[in-house]
Amino acid sequence: MRLDGKGLIDRQKPLSFGFDGRPIAGFEGDTVASALLANGVRLVGRSFKYHRPRGILSAGSEEPNALLQVGRGAASVPNVRATVQEIYEGLEVASQNRWPSLKFDLLGVNDLAAPFLSAGFYYKTFMWPRAFWERVYEPIIRRAAGLGALSGAHNEDLYEKAFAHCDLLVIGAGPCGLMAALVAARAGADVILADEDSMFGGRLLAEEGEVGGMPGAEWAKGAVRELAAMDNVRLMPRTTVTGAYDQGTYGALERVALHKAPGGAAPRECFWRIVARRAILAAGAIERPIAFAGNDRPGVMMAGAVRAYLHRWGVAPGRKVALFCNNDDAHRTAQDLSRAGVDVAAVIDARGEAEAGGDYPVYTGAHVIGTRGRTGLREITLRHSGGTARIKADCLAMSGGWNPSVHLTCHTGARPVWNEKIAAFVPAEAAVEGLIPAGAAAGEFSTAGCLADGKRAARQALAALGLKPGRTRLPEAEDSAGGVEPLWHVPGPGRAFLDFQNDVSVKDVALAARENYASVEHMKRYTTQGMATDQGKTSNIGALAILADATGRSIPQTGTTTFRPPFSPVSIAAMGAGAQGKGFAPERFTTSHAASVGAGAPVIEAGLWYRPSYFPQEGEVNWRQSCDREVMMVRQAVGICDVSTLGKIDIQGPDAAAFLDFVYTNTFSTLKVGRVRYGIMLREDGHVMDDGTTARLGDEHYVMTTTTAAAGQVMRHLEFVHQCLAPQMNVRFVSVTEQWAQFAVAGPLARKLLSEVLDSPIDNESWPFMACGPVQVGGCAGRLFRISFSGEHAYEIAVPSRFGPALFDLLVARARALGGGPYGMEALNVLRIEKGFITHAEIHGRVTAFDIGMQGMISPAKDCIGKVMATRPGLLGEGREQLVGLRPTGAVKQLTAGAHIFEPEAEAIRANAQGYTTSVGFSPTFQSFLALGFLRNGRARHGQTVRIVDHLRQVETLAEVCDPVFLDPKGERVRG
Amino acid sequence: MRYSAWQVLRQGLTGNRGWAPVWRNPDPKPEYDIIIIGGGGHGLSTAYYLARKHGLKNIAVLEKGYIGGGNVGRNTTIVRANYFLEGNSQFYSHSLKLWEGLERELNFNVMHSQRGLINLFHSDGQRDAFARRGNAMINQGDDAILLDREGVRRHLPYLDFEQIRFPVYGGLYHPRGGTARHDAVAWGYARGADSRGVDLIQNCEVTGIDVKGGVVQGVQTTRGAIRARKVGIVVAGRSGQVAAMAGMRLPVESHVLQAFVTEGLKPCIDHVVSFGMGHFYISQSDKGGLVFGGDLDFYASYAQRGNLPMKEHVMEAAMTLMPMIGKAKVLRSWGGIMDMTPDGSPIIDKTHIEGLYLDCGWCYGGFKAVPASGDCFAHLIATDRPHEAASAFRLDRFRTGAGLMDEEGTGAQHNLH
Amino acid sequence: MQIPCPICGPRDRREFYYMGDAVALRRPGPDAGDEAWDAYVHLRDNPAGRTRDLWYHEAGCSAWVVVERDTVTHAVHGSQLAAEAGS
Repeated sequence: MRLDGKGLIDRQKPLSFGFDGRPIAGFEGDTVASALLANGVRLVGRSFKYHRPRGILSAGSEEPNALLQVGRGAASVPNVRATVQEIYEGLEVASQNRWPSLKFDLLGVNDLAAPFLSAGFYYKTFMWPRAFWERVYEPIIRRAAGLGALSGAHNEDLYEKAFAHCDLLVIGAGPCGLMAALVAARAGADVILADEDSMFGGRLLAEEGEVGGMPGAEWAKGAVRELAAMDNVRLMPRTTVTGAYDQGTYGALERVALHKAPGGAAPRECFWRIVARRAILAAGAIERPIAFAGNDRPGVMMAGAVRAYLHRWGVAPGRKVALFCNNDDAHRTAQDLSRAGVDVAAVIDARGEAEAGGDYPVYTGAHVIGTRGRTGLREITLRHSGGTARIKADCLAMSGGWNPSVHLTCHTGARPVWNEKIAAFVPAEAAVEGLIPAGAAAGEFSTAGCLADGKRAARQALAALGLKPGRTRLPEAEDSAGGVEPLWHVPGPGRAFLDFQNDVSVKDVALAARENYASVEHMKRYTTQGMATDQGKTSNIGALAILADATGRSIPQTGTTTFRPPFSPVSIAAMGAGAQGKGFAPERFTTSHAASVGAGAPVIEAGLWYRPSYFPQEGEVNWRQSCDREVMMVRQAVGICDVSTLGKIDIQGPDAAAFLDFVYTNTFSTLKVGRVRYGIMLREDGHVMDDGTTARLGDEHYVMTTTTAAAGQVMRHLEFVHQCLAPQMNVRFVSVTEQWAQFAVAGPLARKLLSEVLDSPIDNESWPFMACGPVQVGGCAGRLFRISFSGEHAYEIAVPSRFGPALFDLLVARARALGGGPYGMEALNVLRIEKGFITHAEIHGRVTAFDIGMQGMISPAKDCIGKVMATRPGLLGEGREQLVGLRPTGAVKQLTAGAHIFEPEAEAIRANAQGYTTSVGFSPTFQSFLALGFLRNGRARHGQTVRIVDHLRQVETLAEVCDPVFLDPKGERVRG
Repeated sequence: MRYSAWQVLRQGLTGNRGWAPVWRNPDPKPEYDIIIIGGGGHGLSTAYYLARKHGLKNIAVLEKGYIGGGNVGRNTTIVRANYFLEGNSQFYSHSLKLWEGLERELNFNVMHSQRGLINLFHSDGQRDAFARRGNAMINQGDDAILLDREGVRRHLPYLDFEQIRFPVYGGLYHPRGGTARHDAVAWGYARGADSRGVDLIQNCEVTGIDVKGGVVQGVQTTRGAIRARKVGIVVAGRSGQVAAMAGMRLPVESHVLQAFVTEGLKPCIDHVVSFGMGHFYISQSDKGGLVFGGDLDFYASYAQRGNLPMKEHVMEAAMTLMPMIGKAKVLRSWGGIMDMTPDGSPIIDKTHIEGLYLDCGWCYGGFKAVPASGDCFAHLIATDRPHEAASAFRLDRFRTGAGLMDEEGTGAQHNLH
Repeated sequence: MQIPCPICGPRDRREFYYMGDAVALRRPGPDAGDEAWDAYVHLRDNPAGRTRDLWYHEAGCSAWVVVERDTVTHAVHGSQLAAEAGS
């Protein structure tokens, strides 16, 4: 029911939205919850387990009951709190977890079976027959579980992430937070003030009390106006600080456009990483319910929420309202309602004494013991000194006192401390480094106290920041103690609920205690108390008190469960913003990328890089045809391949040679200037880390090549070895991978082609195999390396990246003129397999130099990284699987990678496995599949026949074990 | 008290007042034959199998907090047998077989659900590596199916097959892989052990290990000294500290691994899906929450919590792989302390001290190992011989280099896994 | 989480690669024997409390940094360049 003349809504702006298809009228400034209540809608959802009718409990983000599905199609969001969602024209919301309708929900039958569905019942049954769990029981349970639903469609909305830095982050903009922000901002601190609400003011918006001689909401407005005018203040409404992390880092979720229809230019939400030198937690407190029979009926609400609906939104949540409480603060609910002309049916105070504040009956020392009304409250039953009474009411406001919002203070491991005076947990001392709890979050509940504590906290933060506070006078405000006397549970028949969403009742907690799930964590996990979408914000402390009682311990002895981030749920789209589609990882492109794509080459991912797979020509209908042609083209004419993705590290300094001798197993100090050498480097654990060639360009100047995959790892490793193990060496490194475009020119006509392209022609004398040096190409300075990854006479030519596209086009054009052309990764792979060259398919992290037949490359004359550990007995000998070549010899000619190797007659089981294949390609040169692989004691088994079994692809092949170098074992072609 | 549908019915009709405690709260006795330090999944299953298979009675499990409060109560609940290296292969295969009979064995519904695990691959090279793995699984007698892209699409139609940064080439499907209800595993073993006479002693922290002449004598605890002939250390992330009480330095570093759960949702993910390129894995619990995780935070830590960079990375992986997940909201995140060994594989072995045994190094894969770890550790403690399924989990393999089990191939060095 | 780089100042953890215990600085000689090498490569004190560990400012200045840190609270107590940390 909407009341005239009250509330902070804009009555000039009427809005309409749909609830389960039914139009609901509201005003700008309404939440879904306030508008529903204004229209007399009380039933809004169903609970998780028993599908009991659920209404609106609270007016904030702690809401456990009023969860709705918002929006349609891909934009649909499940489990949205009606108390947080602001309305806008065209908004559509729907109730959840009911079928066929909210009013008549078939699974409501669960409630009748409740005696058999007590806490943890599922651990005790559904075990027979065994196959029924996956086939029958679990599917039924799964379908019944869950609340809202995902649409199943890819996200289409925009989300964002951002960083922010400040001197002081103030969390919460109630009286305490506003005061703190004012004091700090006036002193010149960079302040961020964040509040989860759309309006700043906190409880000042929900109460009638005055601050500084004006209505609290007016004072808040003035404070916000002053803050908004200051350059050193950033105001962040609709922003929930969700987590506290190390070194002053906070996560925060801003609901940028959730109060508007989807489709605008703004992101729906933004996830903030705020790094603050200091922070003040002014997050307020959350009112707690009382456990009594039937306390979950729609119409039973928090007393503070009733006041919030009255003052903030001008809504009376009922026509006849009763109040059940154990503290002074709650009495304001009855007084305010009464003043606003709402019928107050009764005030029931569990305490022995309470003052009447208006024209309504007050029962002291009394308890509500029951409620009636199928889908909404009609009547309450109370017990008082004179007996029991039934009272008609359609709304029952309840208050069991307030719990400080200590959540963030627990995020880095601290436990809150029990405060007997307010019967609640308060933050531990120095719980989070740099975070100062203040106001109601620290257990200070009066408005005056909150204002003063905000000032105190700000001054504490300013002192730590080295800033001087100015003079700030505190405005006058209400200053009354809450006068709470703990009341957790009204004993009696009927179910008294604690966790309204998960349907956990007092009986369930008692059952957990009876079964000796007596630790608070056991109770939580066994009953699911506090594990619903609200994480027990309203219910955990009550349940804890029940457990303490049932186990004969005090509340502090019983302890609490752990509050963990996030404070309220964070959408994955916000926290993962930017990653959808290609944004997950950087995309690296070679300088020839456009030309390759233009030539029709499919590109594949190689780490973060994209590389051409093959270059199809007219008439080729599958990749194998292109690959075979490209291989033969390299073997017979000349091919061009962009190899820029290989890591290139420039190494300079007087100790460069000595340094390389230390990181490589073999020796580079003996390498002559103008020559290149192949090297392998080990991890300190003696296994192969990477391989590649390193060229000596000058006495103190080398360029190292790494594999594409290991470029970053090798760079890190070099810096480690230098800075941590050999800081006395005078040597420096810089990655130049991006600075140089580098192309392989491979094939018998490679020299002919290069002589046409280079400014001066080359010959075998000036550029023998493994030579390197500067060249000029088209007047531009480049480098030439005579190295080969194909087994052919080959070179790699490097030019500054800006010339890459031009050089690639030139090389390809010249190659085509010579009967060659570009080749891609498929051909490159076949070429290297034919030649027995390894990649990370072979050096996969578990192999040693011994395994790949390169033990001779570990120089006996010097120490190097990994040398000592490589000589451990377990890494040598016949038991090791060693690199071999394999070629099919039987009727089946196909080989596959990832197959396992067995003796020809042995059964293909683990105990008989002898090794496995790592790389396979069809060799057009040999007209046969060829494989590289590892075979136990393989080097001694050349010539033997083995069986290669691939269960997965159902291929079984007999093969001959051979040397891994299939092509030109003497290396004549590379030297040609 | 035997659990059954009948019992649930009977108790329901009588107000659920007749349920018996799941375990006792015994005070520690001055002496036991065997003390198990650590009341997590592995410690509880060890005690259970010592009592159940080896007929031993005089056993205590000492837990510094509450039963099942360690990693068994804070993980992503995945149960699988998809290892490929000798040693791991037979062990996890053994464990999966134990899982498959666990409800009957324990008379406790641990909700082991074999909904199938799919490991995605994103290049030809990864496909070959997964083929090797899948073939090894079949060699071991377990199940594996190599799916191509269309095969993956049939199972997981909601993945992004068009725009994803690392396109899906296919997947290795392990139909017997799945999940279980993590707390129930701890409680089921605890109840089974307790009913066979094992003393489960909570809130009892071990502060010292008494050794005389190279022989273990017992332990010091916050509840007094307790003598024992044999002591087993099964304390996961705390292995380093407890072993240090016996003067040992272990090849273990403790790291934090985070995990996440969303609000309850109607069923949308039926399998366990693993996305290696993003270090992301996910399943949906029977309650409806999406349970997922990622990689280590990558810094040594004993705090059961992590930081934002890895959280965001995990969410980013989720968004590139399955953008339909965007509107799901993360409800809770937590961290577990992982006992990381250099090669990423565990240790179940004797120590140089007679009567002192060690079960540790489960890295981030300990949950699925709970049954077999207990079975094999119990076997070792009871017989002084390694169980054949766990004979490869030697403590000295790092020193000798023999039998390293580096499944990831990242190196048998710390901080590479 | 922030790591103090001696060159760049406090920087987000994202900029760093983590290596582990600063024991890695104390590489044994080639003839130190298998126990010394096993201890260097594999065995760790793994303290619950203060530790010195190695971080690499990979997305920054490329410095390897020894950070004194608490593994229980994640508090950072200081840092120095690995090249100057000696052994």
